[in-house]
Formats: sequence, structure tokens, C-alpha cells
Amino acid sequence: MRLAIKKRASRRGRGAGPSPGRADSGAMDEARPLWATPLQFVFACLSYAVGLGNVWRFPYLCQMYGGGSFLVPYIIMLTVEGMPLLYLELAVGQRMRQGSIGAWRTINPYLSGVGVASVVASFFLSLYYNVVNAWAFWYLFHSLQDPLPWSVCPLNGNRTGYDEECEKASSTQYFWYRKTLNISPSIQESGAVQWELALCLILAWLLVYLCILRGTESTGKVVYFTALLPYCVLIVYLVRGLTLHGATNGLAYMFTPKMEQLANPKAWTNAATQVFFSLGLGFGSLIAFASYNEPSNNCQKHAVVVSIINSSTSIFASVVTFSIYGFKATFNYESCLNKVILLLTNSFDLEDGFLTVSNLEEVKSYLASAYPSKYSEVFPQIKNCSLESELETAVQGTGLAFIVYTEAIQNMEASQLWSVLYFFMLLLLGIGSMLGNTAAILTPLTDSKVISSYLPKEAISGLVCLVSCAIGLVFTMEAGNYWFDIFNDYAATLPLLLIVLVEAAAVCYLYGLRRFESDLKSMTGHALNWYWKAMWGGVSPLLIISLFVFYLSDYIITGTLQYQAWDASQGQLVTKDYPPYALAITGLLVASSTMCIPLGALGTFIVRHLKRGDTASVA
Amino acid sequence: MLWLLFFLVSAIHAELCQPDAENAFKVRLSLRTALGDKAYAWDTNEEYLFKAMVAFSMRRVPNREATEISHVLLCNVTQRVSFWFVVTDPSRNHTLPAVEVQSAIRMNRNRINNAFFLNDQTLEFLRIPATLAPPTDPSVPIWIIIFGVIFCIVIVATMLLILSGIRQHRRKNKGPSEMEDTEDKWENTVKIENGIPCDPLDMKGGHVNDAFVTEDERLTPL
Repeated sequence: MRLAIKKRASRRGRGAGPSPGRADSGAMDEARPLWATPLQFVFACLSYAVGLGNVWRFPYLCQMYGGGSFLVPYIIMLTVEGMPLLYLELAVGQRMRQGSIGAWRTINPYLSGVGVASVVASFFLSLYYNVVNAWAFWYLFHSLQDPLPWSVCPLNGNRTGYDEECEKASSTQYFWYRKTLNISPSIQESGAVQWELALCLILAWLLVYLCILRGTESTGKVVYFTALLPYCVLIVYLVRGLTLHGATNGLAYMFTPKMEQLANPKAWTNAATQVFFSLGLGFGSLIAFASYNEPSNNCQKHAVVVSIINSSTSIFASVVTFSIYGFKATFNYESCLNKVILLLTNSFDLEDGFLTVSNLEEVKSYLASAYPSKYSEVFPQIKNCSLESELETAVQGTGLAFIVYTEAIQNMEASQLWSVLYFFMLLLLGIGSMLGNTAAILTPLTDSKVISSYLPKEAISGLVCLVSCAIGLVFTMEAGNYWFDIFNDYAATLPLLLIVLVEAAAVCYLYGLRRFESDLKSMTGHALNWYWKAMWGGVSPLLIISLFVFYLSDYIITGTLQYQAWDASQGQLVTKDYPPYALAITGLLVASSTMCIPLGALGTFIVRHLKRGDTASVA
Repeated sequence: MLWLLFFLVSAIHAELCQPDAENAFKVRLSLRTALGDKAYAWDTNEEYLFKAMVAFSMRRVPNREATEISHVLLCNVTQRVSFWFVVTDPSRNHTLPAVEVQSAIRMNRNRINNAFFLNDQTLEFLRIPATLAPPTDPSVPIWIIIFGVIFCIVIVATMLLILSGIRQHRRKNKGPSEMEDTEDKWENTVKIENGIPCDPLDMKGGHVNDAFVTEDERLTPL
């Protein structure tokens, strides 16, 4: 069955179909594996695009930039920037039927560097992204204990109290920083590799290898799970979240629009950035996935569908997140009130149960007037409990997933079940995105005739996974989380903007928009809408340029880069400066993918020059 | 005379048991928090039981087996419910050292809690820290077991996939030489019947002629 479909593709490629007119038609003679159904392709793009960022970045942005009103810049940026660029990448991949390196070399030989830059960026991304899956595995394995290990503090030496670090921070923070990461006080102190985390990382890479082992054949089946199951879990969580006590506080807080935020330029740039990175543009994964399509596939429809579903998932996930935020904030607020009540009851020896939440204020004023001296002694310890301030603690990233969520889960009934479900969902989202990341690296490698003649596909995948796993062990060291933050913030941000800018400019101006339009028409049979042409030619590149300028100016203005380090003695995060060698590595990260573009052009120029020189001398 | 003695005794008692006196401990109960509606009222009978439990704890200390209920003195009972207590020696003139009382209470804390249906948080002895229950540590951490199971499953599945891939490879290498001959034959021969050339296998449309498809692997539709 599989073989039959392969042969059909090669026949069509040889006879009919537009040829780019270069030697690459030879690549199409090789039987290219295809998705069994277009649905697999859509699911693959979905499971790649819908990742952890939808769950832990979008709710944070929503909270920071005006709640319901953030949706306005988000949807505008989606239609103006997200959908056109997604369609562009899918169209390029489907048209060229090769991975990113081959595809851009086909468009223009001087652009082979763009493909290499994509592969390098994808490589960096998969290095650190799988560490998150390792963390999810760790928490998943620890969820099957009663009580949950992050809900109780361990005892101190003589068993009279709890561990000091755990008392100062909270039990969930202690479990994350001490038990999971065993974090060192600064990035300079690397510490040893944590063998437990290293095992989880190896398991994560094995699982990824299992899924990509057979190329589209295995990936195509796995994406059914990684695309659909997270939605099942999200729906279950939605029902649970909405029925939690205090959930409506969080939802009301999120959805009350703060219209003044629309005037904040940061809201717009963050919306643009979120759309850009959420869809995973520029890594080459979308080109790789689309290259396994039938040429007549209607990728315009798929682009629109994927981007809409991706954004809806973000909004859906933030509804769930905010109902859980509301529950956690209400729980903390009520605990705070109970602590105040206990303090007053004990200091003034009032009858147990006399002080309640409703009469707290009047009793406080009564006590202040009746026993002024004693009240003034107790007064500094009375915390001002506020639901607003609890709701305002906005967290993003790993902090949200592994600290805030676990804190909320530990207070639910049947917390083991919810914990298992939650980390299983994180794992699915992470593995789904990893499939795309590795596809971006492997597709150009398997397309290249040099490499695939020596090694079968399974060996290439195995080698890539092995190398990434070995390098990824750096992130399991005690200072690993600091390096993770460096990679997360710098490895795949600025270079991507440049890559996508060059891609859009290349297709429109180097290859020619008309030529691309006619290619697409003969390939799919549909004419290209004027909207896409306007976006590709003008609006989207302008947006990317302005984003690029904004980021550069932001980096330059802030001067030295700083990071948050965990201070065990205080039980909280402190800000520190990066040492010079860390800054150097950061610069190297950004440069290594960005420099590929000009270096690739230079390399092609030199090779051509040499060839011309040879032919001239021969003639 | 008797009145004088009585006053003397209660005066001495009062001196021995006072808030913040030497060797005195404050006790705090939270009955309504612990028991809700089933909370009992704290009266002199409950105080008697308390004294009995403290005396029982002291009797288990070596050299203090002669402690009686009357040696335990309670004072300053508030509405909270909270009060102070001291334990005197048989002569009723001195109080027992705080260290002894502390260790005695710590050893028997569970029995005292159970007598009142309370726990360490609702029956507090200030300045006597409770020994916290150590977390149950199984000999092999649970997470390693689960990790081992999933690890083995993944390894087995990977091996299976790799092996079946190698087998498919070998079968493909044996097959292609035969398949290429059949394809060339089909391409070159064009049968003509009744002057009309017929294509047994429609090459342009890519349809599969079901009559000729016997095994999916051997014959490929064009």
C-alpha cells in the first residue's frame, strides 16, 4: 500500500507537473513519502503550532496587556502577519517539494544560507525544547504519590519543623528549584549533571526518536494523538476549572478589557511576536511538512484553518488558565484571611470560632480601640489580604507550568488524577512540537543525496537524536536552567525575524511574485487572492522590519543583560548580571544562525566564480 | 486556722502556676476548628482529664513515677480555650524542670491528642514543638518504577520498528529487479485489437485497474 502511493508520485513528477527548470527535478525522481491523507498534514501542522507557548505565554500576555482588549491587536496581527506568512511557507514547501535548504536553493542559489540558518535555529530549539519534556516526565512520574511531593515540605534535621528553604519559599517552589532542578546560586557554578533529570531527558529523546523513526509513516500516525488528545484534556480541565470555587474571579479579571492598553505599543509588538512565534514560522518545519504534500493540495485553506485553530486554542487555554488562577488566588486569599483570624484569636484569647471573615473588620476596630497597646504589638504581623494582588501575580513560562499550576492542582480533590492529566497534556504538546522541530532538521538531511546514500533514514534520525541528547545534558546540570533561559530568550528570536523577512522578500522580489503566482495556480488550480499578494509584498515584511528594529533597540537600551537567579537562603529570585563568557555564548548563538544567510550567499558566489573561472580557462 | 492553711496553700499554688512562670507551659485548644458542630464544651471535667493525661505522661518518666493528678496545676483558663499548667513535685513547693515536662509530653503527645479527639495543630503546647511525622519513604522511589516501565516500553517499540524497517528494506532490495522489467514491458507494448490501440492499464489518469491488482506490493498502479 505504501509502495503504491510512492510510485504514483514519481510518475506524476516525471511526466506532468511544473519543473523549476533546474537539476533539482532529479530529486523528485526519488519516491518522496507522502502524508496518507491531507488530514495528517493538517494535524501535523497543528500539533507543531499548538505547543507550550499557547498554554504558558498567551495567558500571561493577555493578563499583562489588558485582558479582553489584548484580543484586538492579536487578531489584527494574525490576519495581517500570521496567516499570510504561514501560507507563504506552506506554499513554498509544497511547490519545491524539498526541505528548507533545498527549497531556498531552488528559489535562488544565493539563498541556500537561509535554509541552513533555519536548520541551525531548529537545532538550537530542539536542544532546549526537549528539556521541557524531560521536566514534564519528571513531574508526571512524581504525580502518582499520595500526598503529592510538591504539596508538603520535607522535615529539617531534628524533625521539629520544616526545611528552612521550603519555609521561606513555598513547597511548590522548593520542589521545582531544589528537588527538580537542584539549582545553583548563579550561572558560574555549573555543578554536576543531575542523573534523575538526565534519565528523563534520555527517555524524552527516545520517545521523539520512536515517533520520527519512519518519517511521515510514523509521524503521520503519532500526530493524530498529539493534535487531538490535548484538546480532550483541555476540555476536561475547562469543565473542572469552571466548577472550582473562585474560578469566576479569575475569569472576570481576565476578560474585563482595559482599553487604555490598546495605546501601549508594547501590547501590539507583543501580539505580533506571539503570533509569529506561536505559528513556528521560519524554522523550516512548515516547509518540511508541506514538502510531503501532494502538489494539488489546497494549502491556502489549510493555512487559514491551522492559524485559526492555533489562535482559538490559545484563547481556550487562557480561559482554563484563568479559571485556575482565580481558584488559586481565592484559595490564597482565604488562607491569608484565616491566618489573620488565627493570629487575632490567639493574641487576644478570643473564643475559637468567634472571628469569621464577615465580622473581621469590625472586630479589628473594636480590638484596636479596646486594647490599643496590645493591638499595636500585633498589628505589624497582620497582613493586608487582597484578592486583587493575588490575581495580579502574572507568571509565564516554566514558572506558570511547574509552580503556579501545581500549586493550584494540589488543592483540588483527587489531585493525583488532575496532575497526571495536566502533565500528560504538557508532554503531548511538547512532543508534538518536537516532531516539527526534528522534521525541520531531518528533511534537508534526508533530501541531500550525499548523506542519504551512506546512511538510511533511521540512522540519520538516530544520530541527530543522539547528538542533541548529549548536548542537551548541559541543561540537566545544576546551572542548566540558567542556560535554558539564555537559549529560550535568544537562540530563536532575532534570527527568526531575519530569516522570515528574507524569505518573504525572496519569494516576492527575487523569485518574482507573478512567477510564484502562476506556479501556485498550475499546482493547485486556484488563483491567488489579491489579499495574499498585498500582504506578502508589502505589509508583512514592513511589520517584520518594525519588529526587528524594536527588538534591537530594546536590547541596546537595556544595556547589560541580566537574569533571575534563585537564592536558597532567601527563598526567592534575585537579579544578577551575566558573566562575560555567557554573553559571548549568547552572541555566538544569535550570530551562528544569522550569519549563515550572508555566508551562504558568499559561498555560492565564490563557487560560481570558481566554476566560471574554470570554464573560461578550459574554453 | 484551717482557712489560713487553705489560703496559704492556694497562695503557693497561685505563685507556682502563673502565666510566664518558670517551668509553666501555655496550652491552646481549638475545639470548634477541629470538631465543628461536635465540639464539646470545655469544663472542669475536661480539665481533670487533662491533668490526668499530664500526670500519666510524667509517670512514664523514670524517677517521676509518683506523680499524682493533684500535682498538676492549671490556671488562667480563657475563653479561647487556653490555659497555663505546671507540674509540681510531691512536696508541692517546687515545679518540675521544664525540660522533663517537655520530653514527657513529646513522648506521649499522640495519646494526649487522641484523648481529646484533637491533633497537633488543634491542641497546641506552646514551646513544646511536636515531633512531625516523617514522610513515608518507600525503599525504591515510586517514580523510578514508573520510569523503568515506560522506558522499557519505548525501547521495545523502537526495536520493533527498526527491525521491521530492516526487513522491509531487504524485501525491497530483492523486489526492484523484477518490478522494473514488468514496468518496461507495459510501457513499450501497446496492444492493438480491431485497429484500436487499447491501454490495459490507463497510464494517464492514474486509476488502479482492480482486475490486475493481486498483491499490493508486487504490482503498482500507474
